[in-house]
Amino acid sequence: MAELNNSDIKIVTKDVNLFYGDNHALKDVTLDILSNKITAFIGPSGCGKSTYLKTLNRMNDIVPNVKISGKVLLDGEDIYENGVNVTYLRKKIGMVFQKPNPFPMSIYDNVAYGPRVHGIKSKARLDEIVENSLKGAAIWEETKDRLKQNALGLSGGQQQRLCIARAIAVEPEVILMDEPTSALDPISTLKIEELMSQLKEKYTVAIVTHNMQQAARISDYTAFFLVGEMIEYGETQQIFSRPKNKKTEEYITGRFG
Amino acid sequence: MRNSFIEKLNQLNNDLIKMGGLVEDAIKNAAKALEEDDVELAKKIIAGDSLVNEAEKKIESQSLNIILREQPVAGDLRKVSAALKMVTDMERIADNAADIAEIIVTANVKSILHISASITEMAEKASRMVGDAVKSFVDVDLELAQQVVERDDEVDALFNEIKTILIENISHDKSNVDIIVDTIMIIKYFERIADHAVNICEWVYFFETGEYKSTQII
Amino acid sequence: MKALQTNNASNLKIKQHRFVEILLKIFIWVCALLTVSFVVGIIIYILVKGIEGMSWNFISTPAAAYPVENYGILGNIVNTLYLIVITLVIATPIGVGAAIYLTEYAKQGRLTKIIEFTTETLSGIPSIIYGLFGSVFFYSVFKLNYSILAGSLTLAIMILPIIIRTTQESIKTVPIMYREGAMGLGATRWYMIRTVILPCSIEGILTSVILSIGRIVGESAALIFTAGLAYNLPNITGIGDIFKKAMDQGASLTVQLYQYAARGGEEMKYAFSTALVLVIVVLIINVLTKIIARGFKKVK
Repeated sequence: MAELNNSDIKIVTKDVNLFYGDNHALKDVTLDILSNKITAFIGPSGCGKSTYLKTLNRMNDIVPNVKISGKVLLDGEDIYENGVNVTYLRKKIGMVFQKPNPFPMSIYDNVAYGPRVHGIKSKARLDEIVENSLKGAAIWEETKDRLKQNALGLSGGQQQRLCIARAIAVEPEVILMDEPTSALDPISTLKIEELMSQLKEKYTVAIVTHNMQQAARISDYTAFFLVGEMIEYGETQQIFSRPKNKKTEEYITGRFG
Repeated sequence: MRNSFIEKLNQLNNDLIKMGGLVEDAIKNAAKALEEDDVELAKKIIAGDSLVNEAEKKIESQSLNIILREQPVAGDLRKVSAALKMVTDMERIADNAADIAEIIVTANVKSILHISASITEMAEKASRMVGDAVKSFVDVDLELAQQVVERDDEVDALFNEIKTILIENISHDKSNVDIIVDTIMIIKYFERIADHAVNICEWVYFFETGEYKSTQII
Repeated sequence: MKALQTNNASNLKIKQHRFVEILLKIFIWVCALLTVSFVVGIIIYILVKGIEGMSWNFISTPAAAYPVENYGILGNIVNTLYLIVITLVIATPIGVGAAIYLTEYAKQGRLTKIIEFTTETLSGIPSIIYGLFGSVFFYSVFKLNYSILAGSLTLAIMILPIIIRTTQESIKTVPIMYREGAMGLGATRWYMIRTVILPCSIEGILTSVILSIGRIVGESAALIFTAGLAYNLPNITGIGDIFKKAMDQGASLTVQLYQYAARGGEEMKYAFSTALVLVIVVLIINVLTKIIARGFKKVK
């Protein structure tokens, strides 16, 4: 990896360990996520990549019996320190989930949900946010005439783009995506991938994916996880052409297990 | 896991080795036919060229098929792309061997050999370079590959040496022009063959490291 | 030859299966027919027996003081409405609140298990016991005497398990991904419950309310000792009187039915007429439930 400028690093994770009860799900994970880049996390099921992603905006807090140690720094600030406002943290680090999960309410209310959580009430302001967010998620044209309709009436791919619009409506700095296309058809998948490369101009994107081709297509950096350990991290080009670690090579070439 | 993919890769490797064998035979026989003025052997080389062409097409089709269906990455991708590039050089070597054989069939070989002892030396060197290039690929022997690359200078030196002799000859005696032209073509072919052998070695190096001519191209 | 024999044997087996199947089918048909004919039979019986005492006068006027010639149940209808409204106003917030607490806030452990077990037990207790408890607790201890309020409080305890259980079930069916979505946007737990969980489970809550109305309308044993036996109309001259009525005695339709039937003789036909009104009310409630449920499905 090339020499990094400190200002290029958005999130630093250092010796992160995570336990679900007795299950040691993350082992000494240390890696830096770079600003305005797409970082992909790959690895077999249960390797800890999703768990790692969720430590970045403290979504693991919801799960009972979780113990986390180590440091996660967002712009140099420890997000696990006492007194950190989780609501504010999740405003800065948004999330898009595996299955499109728009709320069963109108398209407009879905996008306005986040801003309302953070106290925006003005109708004019909300209108503006909704329009900009839907445009930012490349779904404005398809939805502008039916903002008041229930979001569940959209197709799966549209729903996922709506969820991205919902995530960017709170103007986050980082967007975490947990297998965002695994429930979508190929065309919708390509649309979302296209969208991701636009998103990185404004946001830092971290994505967990089962689809190695997807990681190779869209990401700038790739980290390979295996049974809770981060095995190899580097430029995507390097990981997919000449991985340094034998396990990485075995996994990406399908010689695994 | 991915057994059929690995099977395809092995098949590709075997076919490359087989083609390498054909090419090695062609160039060795060309050197031998020249040395022994063996027209029958030369004719055999010309006939054998179509086998090499077929092998090239087969390997190209296999490689594209693997890219299309398997989307190889890392070492697999390097192997397939190296195969695609390498077969071109192999095919050129066989072509050049056939070209030399054609000259042997029609030309006055004895007079050609009479010009310089270095011609047979050059033929042998080039032939051995091809043999070692194929071997370095089969054994993934980067050291041997490096040696082959270095030996190209020797062949180039011989080429220049013979060329100088030919220029001298032609300025003294203009009656032998056809022999001199045949000779210069033959040594040019051997020089090209040595270059192709070097190329093969460079693709072997790429296959192992992703580096081609000291540039990281992947 | 041997092959042929095995063939025959398996053919026979197939026939046996078919025979059992037909037998089962007949059995099921008989059961279904019996069930339907019981229901239809009861309704027809009530209709035939109740139509005699039924008149516009019967449902549009209150009964005059006993013994008199005028029989009417308007007073009881009003009492029943009072019971429904007051009971729901008391029980719904408590029930929904308890359900939210149990599913969203309480640590899943022994305490919640005990609470859930208790609620289940509550729903299995015969209603006469609630009546007995209400008459002691609300009548004597709280000095509410025989009153609609005392009856409603008793009924509220009785329907709490229904509301808690049904609401809990429907909160649990709200997909985890909605929760993740809301939390991921920084919503606090209560904000998420208010904006996502409750709207999603409103169908279940409404169902529990309607089930409760059915239970209230059908209840008699718990009311005799608590809400009393009065059948007169409230004397409403001002807003205050509307609330004052809650402190009065008041027999629900079922209690009135019980009284008519208990006295027997001439009044038996009025018992059936009251029953007829009750059956119609229950029918309307059931239809309403279906319509509301369908309405929600359409929205989704």
